[in-house]
Amino acid sequence: MTDSKYFTTTKKGEIFELKAELNSDKKEKKKEAVKKVIASMTVGKDVSALFPDVVNCMQTDNLELKKLVYLYLMNYAKSQPDMAIMAVNTFVKDCEDPNPLIRALAVRTMGCIRVDKITEYLCEPLRKCLKDEDPYVRKTAAVCVAKLHDINAQLVEDQGFLDTLKDLISDSNPMVVANAVAALSEIAESHPNSNLLDLNPQTINKLLTALNECTEWGQIFILDCLANYTPRDDRESQSICERVTPRLSHANSAVVLSAVKVLMKFMEMLPKDLDYYGTLLKKLAPPLVTLLSAEPELQYVALRNINLIVQRRPEILKHEMKVFFVKYNDPIYVKLEKLDIMIRLASQANIAQVLAELKEYATEVDVDFVRKAVRAIGRCAIKVEQSAERCVSTLLDLIQTKVNYVVQEAIVVIKDIFRKYPNKYESVIGTLCENLDSLDEPEARAAMIWIVGEYAERIDNADELLESFLEGFHDESTQVQLQLLTAIVKLFLKKPTETQELVQQVLSLATQDSDNPDLRDRGYIYWRLLSTDPVAAKEVVLAEKPLISEETDLIEPTLLEELICHIGTLASVYHKPPSAFVEGSRGVQHKRLAGSAGSGESVESPDAGSAAGASEAPPAVIPSQGDLLGDLLNLDLTPPTTAGPPPPPSSGMQMGAMDLLGGGLDSLLGGDLGGSPAMGAGFAAPPAAMPASFSAPVSSGLDDLFDLGGGVGMPMGAYSPPKTVWLPAMKAKGLEISGTFARRAGVIQMEMTLTNKAMSVMTDFAIQFNRNSFGLAPAGPLQVLSPLSPNQSIEVTLPLNTVGPVMKMDPLNNLQVAVKNNIDVFYFSCQYPISMLFVEDGKMERQVFLATWKDIPNDNESQFQIKDCHLSSDASSSKLQGSNIFTIAKRTVEGQDMLYQSMKLTNGIWLLAELRVQTGNPNYTVCLKCRAPEVSQCVFQSYEAVLKN
Amino acid sequence: MIGGLFIYNHKGEVLISRVYRDDIGRNAVDAFRVNVIHARQQVRSPVTNIARTSFFHVKRSNIWLAAVTKQNVNAAMVFEFLYKMCDVMTAYFGKISEENIKNNFVLIYELLDEILDFGYPQNSETGALKTFITQQGIKGQTKEEQSQITSQVTGQIGWRREGIKYRRNELFLDVLESVNLLMSPQGQVLSAHVSGRVVMKSYLSGMPECKFGMNDKIVIDKQGKGGASDDPGKSGKQSIAIDDCTFHQCVRLSKFDSERSISFIPPDGEYELMRYRTTKDIILPFRVIPLVREVGRTKLEVKVVIKSNFKPSLLAQKIEVRIPTPLNTSGVQVICMKGKAKYKASENAIVWKIKRMAGMKESQISAEIELLPTNDKKKWARPPISMNFEVPFAPSGLKVRYLKVFESKLNYSDHDVIKWVRYIGRSGIYETRC
Repeated sequence: MTDSKYFTTTKKGEIFELKAELNSDKKEKKKEAVKKVIASMTVGKDVSALFPDVVNCMQTDNLELKKLVYLYLMNYAKSQPDMAIMAVNTFVKDCEDPNPLIRALAVRTMGCIRVDKITEYLCEPLRKCLKDEDPYVRKTAAVCVAKLHDINAQLVEDQGFLDTLKDLISDSNPMVVANAVAALSEIAESHPNSNLLDLNPQTINKLLTALNECTEWGQIFILDCLANYTPRDDRESQSICERVTPRLSHANSAVVLSAVKVLMKFMEMLPKDLDYYGTLLKKLAPPLVTLLSAEPELQYVALRNINLIVQRRPEILKHEMKVFFVKYNDPIYVKLEKLDIMIRLASQANIAQVLAELKEYATEVDVDFVRKAVRAIGRCAIKVEQSAERCVSTLLDLIQTKVNYVVQEAIVVIKDIFRKYPNKYESVIGTLCENLDSLDEPEARAAMIWIVGEYAERIDNADELLESFLEGFHDESTQVQLQLLTAIVKLFLKKPTETQELVQQVLSLATQDSDNPDLRDRGYIYWRLLSTDPVAAKEVVLAEKPLISEETDLIEPTLLEELICHIGTLASVYHKPPSAFVEGSRGVQHKRLAGSAGSGESVESPDAGSAAGASEAPPAVIPSQGDLLGDLLNLDLTPPTTAGPPPPPSSGMQMGAMDLLGGGLDSLLGGDLGGSPAMGAGFAAPPAAMPASFSAPVSSGLDDLFDLGGGVGMPMGAYSPPKTVWLPAMKAKGLEISGTFARRAGVIQMEMTLTNKAMSVMTDFAIQFNRNSFGLAPAGPLQVLSPLSPNQSIEVTLPLNTVGPVMKMDPLNNLQVAVKNNIDVFYFSCQYPISMLFVEDGKMERQVFLATWKDIPNDNESQFQIKDCHLSSDASSSKLQGSNIFTIAKRTVEGQDMLYQSMKLTNGIWLLAELRVQTGNPNYTVCLKCRAPEVSQCVFQSYEAVLKN
Repeated sequence: MIGGLFIYNHKGEVLISRVYRDDIGRNAVDAFRVNVIHARQQVRSPVTNIARTSFFHVKRSNIWLAAVTKQNVNAAMVFEFLYKMCDVMTAYFGKISEENIKNNFVLIYELLDEILDFGYPQNSETGALKTFITQQGIKGQTKEEQSQITSQVTGQIGWRREGIKYRRNELFLDVLESVNLLMSPQGQVLSAHVSGRVVMKSYLSGMPECKFGMNDKIVIDKQGKGGASDDPGKSGKQSIAIDDCTFHQCVRLSKFDSERSISFIPPDGEYELMRYRTTKDIILPFRVIPLVREVGRTKLEVKVVIKSNFKPSLLAQKIEVRIPTPLNTSGVQVICMKGKAKYKASENAIVWKIKRMAGMKESQISAEIELLPTNDKKKWARPPISMNFEVPFAPSGLKVRYLKVFESKLNYSDHDVIKWVRYIGRSGIYETRC
């Protein structure tokens, strides 16, 4: 008899028939019917109508049938909560069954039924099962606590299950320990600040003991948990490492990788001169190499992790280059990863071998792989100076093959080699020029044009070559257009006599016939430069270029540290922090390496979004929108020369961020939405191939072009909160933004400090706001005129207006911001003090005040206390006036000063307030009346902030 | 943790779907089908992220297994689990095929319920599972039997059940090695390594404690220093340096780490005790000497000599030499002293097969390759000559020194156990550039 027949029932009236069979007296028939139901369920048919009939079969001593019914219950209980209750009795009874397998089955299944009413009944049986004599029941119950916590966290805490779970860490059975550790780790993740997994030397010792005895999976749970512990000193660190190292010989790759994670993390604490440190380093290499003989999928996971490990500690695998050589039969994903690691390990010692391999790869079939191999040759040239010559000749050989994509890729990398070793390999230009016609990819065309422009004085027919590109100027991509513009200007500066016509042609094409703002702006800059001061133009355009760095594609150090703490997990596969792909609170915690964090005291990062005071505007990052978009955008932003066309919104993804994108995405990307307030993405954007220092000297002369000045007035004493970090560097590939809001001379300003904590230069800054409660929007582009070099900070002031689109936010003063630079687009949200929005003409006439006060219904009145304020009523009054809260009248009744105040928001909403100050009493009372009572809470916060500062 | 597990056929129809976590919806099933199974291009990554849901997938013949999650799970663990899942299914019903999966879907659900709880892998040793997931119901068990099952499933020795009895206590050890080589035309070794496995089949009663010993250099040197070795000169020469090894979970790793001794209680039946890798002092069973001469533009003369390099008393089997030919080959004439040789145009190679060859022998093939004239400037890349063979010894030089069996509770001793040891060396990627 086979079960496959159940998959083929498609006839009509099936449900009715099944119903009859389910209610049959014959056991066999019943079982058959349940099997059919499960098969239908699997293929996606709705069989929920059979719920009561299936549940009726639950009372059986046939375990197989029981399991099937339970499976059904888990699937449909949620949709039929009332009927699911019918099952409770059987569950409770089964939890008392003498057979431990049945007890465990009942408690396991009950935890999977997410119906509140059932959950209530689960508590008592669960409590018993957690203390069951049989370890099989206990290990199942341990996981069940995590299930219950997922449904109702409060219930688990109230019932004291967490303590019972903690006790299980000391259980005599290793599997119970492992499951308890897994459950606690999961629960702890959603309570970042609770000290749930109270790891101390005693518990660590228990875990290490269990580690030797439990199943392979249990070992993984325990090792992953151990990785979160911070040893007190280097001795403890060493002793844990010693007890973890034997795991490196486990046949299960996941055990090995988790052990590597613990060792990589704890190694940070060991002094480098310790003998043991060296021993440990040596011990790490062989198991990592062994991982490469696993199945391809695991190899891929291993390689992604090795990529991280090699960046963090290159010494571990520096002698193992050979094992990363690509095998003919490797799947493409393994090949690409191996190639990456080969480049990272390339050094003077092994470069000959690496090059020979790369040359082989360049003749393979897979286009992506071949391209990457060609690019790798270029990277080798830049990394190992001694090999540059050989690399160039290899690349020339490849160009001779005339395989189109190989030629184009080779030209792109040769451009970089020219940048790195100027005036050395220019003899090959002739060969490159021969291939001009075959280039059809923008990147290759742009690279070739750059080369022609850069070496215009050595290429006799440079003008002809560039002119040939000019013919189809408007059909070229922006990248090529920009490059062509610059190249012709360079040519003109080098050979002014013959090329005047050409340069005028390109300038007019760029400025008059183009609707691309980037191109237009660059055209105007050149035009003006050339017409006002050709000497300065020469200095700017032909300035010496900074050398390009040797290592490319390195992961930014803070992110790398975090990823090292996530070795073996998805984060290490994606090379992204968990917050980038995990929803909700889970995984938002950042992990850092202990030793190198500088202070060494806090392992869990403080910027985990822990709520500071509400008025302090906590740096809430919006991962769900930002990173999703970031991913999308990443694809098109990689060539830093210009921004590409906006990517089509992917329909497959659930885009929570559509609002933000509404009209703004295009302009952020430097598209052609001329009128958008956030325009200006391209203003400060020198093309990558141009001198990076280009815009610095120019900026002074450009004020008339940009005419936005910043509009700084004298501070009026309006309250402005201290700067807080809005966007931590960890979230934004090294860009840190801290900032505050201020109102100066009637202009609302966003004052930011941008800090570049990454390793590469940042350019092309732009900013955009999401719709918000008061229509705040940038009044001009973000003025970051010079590129931001690593470790540099810059202060930026952005004037705001309140004419943007309006959408009510929660909290009301929440502002979601998108900032773009040449690397990516980042999203964060911040809260502005509502006092920024109090306008200068907010003083109401007395009569009007009285009338309005009476007119606003009492329901709209709210009252707040401000504690610990030691100002006199007059001092308060003048302080508040600085922030446009005007005192209209003052009354003194029985030693209590009553100040009547008014203020007006930018959108015309009036607020009336009564501030009561009693001499000698530090507690003030504020009564607020407003027609829009939702603002009261924010206003109160502002009162408190202003008065206390 | 794992949020759900789906099994599909090659068309993308769901055969098995089990959801463990609330964050995985039914649409995840379809998302994978549309984005991966029905995708036009080949798989570019074994982990696919679709709408913030990550899919880990492996393929066995034409069946897809996909584990789904929305959390930052341990990726290595998920793949290890999927492989384990395949092993368990194979152990229960043989080959993983659509038919077998449909025929056993109830069993698979039962297994999935047992080995994955809330997405956490539980005991997945087939030995243990087979004691209580039988598809026959476990009604008739006594209380003792039940608690025996649970203690085994949760116990320290989850891979072996109590009370196994054999009339004849017997064990088989296979040392299986694959030797990999890349050699330059001049006979210089560019890279060589052996990856080996020790596979054990044990039919032993009770809970035997085993100790496995081999000529590991570290162990031999240690003994040599202690003066215990009776013939240090000889054993020192025969020991081998192992670069790295991994063990089945039954081996006590901490003991290996501290004393380098391999002790364990074996699972019943066949399993892989250890894997290892060596790179030093490898015996290369064959040497390939190529000679390629271009005679004009339309002719190539190829001569290949193979020399066997092991004891004359041993016989190598299934020898195959593959000599690549240029793409514009029009005809080939082959002469060989031994075996059969054929030009296979579809594979662009001359395939030379020899059934058996003793050690310290030599054989030769010569071929004349006619070429069509082409105007292709690109030179022929000359792929390496590859070789396949099987030899009855371990190219790494690994020797099993002992496998002792102790079972204190039952009345049989180490001497009563019948032990068989076999060495097989096979070619991995064995290439000589020409």
